[in-house]
Amino acid sequence: MTDLIELFLRSAFVDNLALAYFLGMCTFLAVSKNVKTAIGLGIAVIVVQAITVPVNQLILNLFLKEGSFFLPKYNLEFLSLICFIGVIAAMVQILEMTLDKFFPSLYNTLGIFLPLITVNCAILGGTLFMQQRDYAFVESVVFGVGGGFGWALAIIGLAGIREKLKYSDIPHGLRGLGITFIIVGLMALGFQAFLGI
Amino acid sequence: MSSKTSAKDLVLDPIFNNNPIALQILGICSALAVTTKLSTSLTMSFAVIAVTACSSAAVSLIKDRIPSSIRIIVQMTIIASFVILVDQVLKAYAFQLSKELSVFVGLIITNCIVMGRAEGFAMKNSVSDSFFDGIGNGLGYSIILMVVGFFRELFGSGTLFGFTVFAKQSAGGWYEPNGLMLLSPSAFFIIGIFIWVLRTWKPEQVEEA
Repeated sequence: MTDLIELFLRSAFVDNLALAYFLGMCTFLAVSKNVKTAIGLGIAVIVVQAITVPVNQLILNLFLKEGSFFLPKYNLEFLSLICFIGVIAAMVQILEMTLDKFFPSLYNTLGIFLPLITVNCAILGGTLFMQQRDYAFVESVVFGVGGGFGWALAIIGLAGIREKLKYSDIPHGLRGLGITFIIVGLMALGFQAFLGI
Repeated sequence: MSSKTSAKDLVLDPIFNNNPIALQILGICSALAVTTKLSTSLTMSFAVIAVTACSSAAVSLIKDRIPSSIRIIVQMTIIASFVILVDQVLKAYAFQLSKELSVFVGLIITNCIVMGRAEGFAMKNSVSDSFFDGIGNGLGYSIILMVVGFFRELFGSGTLFGFTVFAKQSAGGWYEPNGLMLLSPSAFFIIGIFIWVLRTWKPEQVEEA
């Protein structure tokens, strides 16, 4: 049990997907202009991450690996990339339809962000790290939720800072993207401090 | 941009004038984690140039046959196939490097540059134009990778491509390596400063925030 809690904290803070591994940067920088949308996107990432990482873990262990449950004779790991991206795209699509049907208010908040998540590297990155580190099923669930949570935390934090930034006097050439990068760097420094836990 | 652009413009334009990372904020995701050393940055650059050019050409080749409702999935599949190809080649001929790049070769699939060029350029232009556009955008990405990799390896380990440039104190030299350069924050700082320099040089790129 303590192992799992440790894994959660590690994946959320120390190995933060956005700040330590630079994953999901495109959306991270583009959608962090105000806190409200950042929260919506953050929640969407947590949900998708929590579903896709365990599902891909099952697919990897039941079908693709050598000595897997259904196809023990074949080593199909070279197909893993194309399978993972397929699963992610399908999951996002299913999630979108489910939300539309049963939780229309949540669907409207997340609306435009859901399709964007398919091409968010944080999601595929989470799955690939799961493959590389060989997580068991329960670990993959915890890693998925923790990783998503860490990413959400980072984007909400950045959005908060950028909202305040509007009132500050920045050198001309540094405005916009430049200063954002430097802020993200400072945030990453802050997150490094969690290494001590 | 005029409607008739030469191959040279297509290749050169994205490097400084319309850089995919500095101006369009695309494809930063997988870029930064591999830049602690120049050798990994160079490998990653070649991988991205190859994938962008080939997938843009392939998408452009079949653009008239792709139903628009499923085009994203088709593009995704094409890109994923090329990435698997690159991944397997790297594993076969440069195993050590592919170990160091770890998951980031796979992440080229979700690199927004590749997707963005396939969707934004290759769907509307001819095969050869798309190919050169892919190379140009790959180069624009590479130049940032190389700049960041250069500074991080030089100041972080005192070496370039593994050859010692600054003799380290631990080896009897004078240079004390800056450990921060090997950690993630430094990459953000270097890109931030790169953008600053680029925009001071070309002020029309400044966005009004």
